[in-house]
Amino acid sequence: MEASPHAQDAAVALTDVEMSFDGRPVLHGLTCSFPRGKISVVLGGSGAGKTTILRVIGGLVRHQKGKVMIAGQDTSRFGDREMNEIRRKLGMMFQGGALLDSLTIFDNLALPLRERTKLGEPAIADEVRKQLTAVGLANVDGLLPGQLSGGMIKRAALARAIITNPEILMCDEPFSGLDPISVKRIEALLRRINRELGITMLISSHHIPSTLRLADQVILLQQNHLAAGTPEELRASKDPRVAEFLNEEVDETLVDEDMFRSIDPERAPQARHLR
Amino acid sequence: MIVDAIRHLGGYTSRFIDELGRIAVFGSQTTVAAVTPPARVRAFVDQVYNLGVLSLVIICVSGLAVGMVLGLQGYNTLVRFGAEESLGAVVGLSLIRELGPVFTALLTTGRAGSATTAEIGTMVATEQLDGLRMMSISPIHLIVAPKALAMIAVMPLLSALFIVFGLAGGYVVGVWVMGLDGGTYVSSLESAVVFSDDVLGSLLKALVFGVLVGLIATYRGYTSAPTSAGVSRATTSTVVVASVTVLIFDYFITALWGV
Repeated sequence: MEASPHAQDAAVALTDVEMSFDGRPVLHGLTCSFPRGKISVVLGGSGAGKTTILRVIGGLVRHQKGKVMIAGQDTSRFGDREMNEIRRKLGMMFQGGALLDSLTIFDNLALPLRERTKLGEPAIADEVRKQLTAVGLANVDGLLPGQLSGGMIKRAALARAIITNPEILMCDEPFSGLDPISVKRIEALLRRINRELGITMLISSHHIPSTLRLADQVILLQQNHLAAGTPEELRASKDPRVAEFLNEEVDETLVDEDMFRSIDPERAPQARHLR
Repeated sequence: MIVDAIRHLGGYTSRFIDELGRIAVFGSQTTVAAVTPPARVRAFVDQVYNLGVLSLVIICVSGLAVGMVLGLQGYNTLVRFGAEESLGAVVGLSLIRELGPVFTALLTTGRAGSATTAEIGTMVATEQLDGLRMMSISPIHLIVAPKALAMIAVMPLLSALFIVFGLAGGYVVGVWVMGLDGGTYVSSLESAVVFSDDVLGSLLKALVFGVLVGLIATYRGYTSAPTSAGVSRATTSTVVVASVTVLIFDYFITALWGV
């Protein structure tokens, strides 16, 4: 799998990365780069390896082969201590938020500041309130994550991810499971963070409309095939696999007739309607 | 057939040794984390509350019940030999040397050990520990070490409490129900129990059990598969493995050090 030419000034670059779980390959020699200061979206279906790319970059899983360059450093052989230094440049918003459920939203945001900076409590409180206000959650600081909606959790997770001013922000499925209003709200927040703070963004998503609106660069992973370019370039692509994915068209010939035949009409009367 | 059996045995042995190695590495990481600043005093106190204070009712009730049964069985047995005045010694030595630490460890495993595994396992499944790693915060330092240390700290205290309630249970049955003289019960207890040998040995045993239960519970949670089934398996495994390990270690501590 190879995408656009390797940018020398890329914030993150993967070269020939291979990754498999229990012998099941997920990334097959992936080569791609994420330009500094831009929003790159890794687009693809479920199981395509989008989240794995982010986890490989964050050092949460170790790839078996290839090179991962972050801010000019090859992190492939880094130990925990060195990786922790690299992670200070990274922020990550997890799909489910990954907020500590025993801490209030305030304490969740304060945690990285308490652990990684020498700021005093008043300064930490100011910073947390500033971030919560920025993501529209000014009045929920005393609540636990379990008391928030999915969209609010994602916004709180986003605030936590950027509170330490990372150079690179990774967002895993920021739009999944959200209503259209929440999707637009997250989208606007990500765009604002990118423009105002200049943070390089790596987003994994299968939400096509948001991706096409938001991305400076799209990397499409589909069935071991990779295509990359601007949203306009991908829209204009003649590659049928790219067109199929972007237009969300399903090839009905792929639906297996045997699947219906295997349903016993006697035991499942509604199956007759299917046939 | 025989070759297959040998192969399976070899496989199990190899996995067992591998697992022991992993637990040893995890244990040493936890030990290093526990002595590395910053000290997690607040987290430790919270865990002492969760693991210790919330276990008080089950420990007190169980201690009382076990003491009452010991009192009843002991009295009925001793009375056959005309030695019922030794009831205090029998109840006391049984509870202090053996039943107190062992019952406490088993009860704490069931209540607090399983909860510890489930909590850490759920944090694994919901990527909370990965979230900490991405913030360059060690999950072992922030989450695991305070829980393991709290388990070690509360086990001797809970065991002592279990013993006190057990002695009281024995007194209630022996003196109030069976009509034994209260002074006889207490003096028999006093003369039989040696503080430096029996009581300190008992506390040492409870401390070792605290280390075992704390290590197994946190390790199982930390290494659980990130699914609900994985958390469930890890929790069950904690109860089974920790209980059996406590009983095995109990034998060896008793046999080797006479505690």
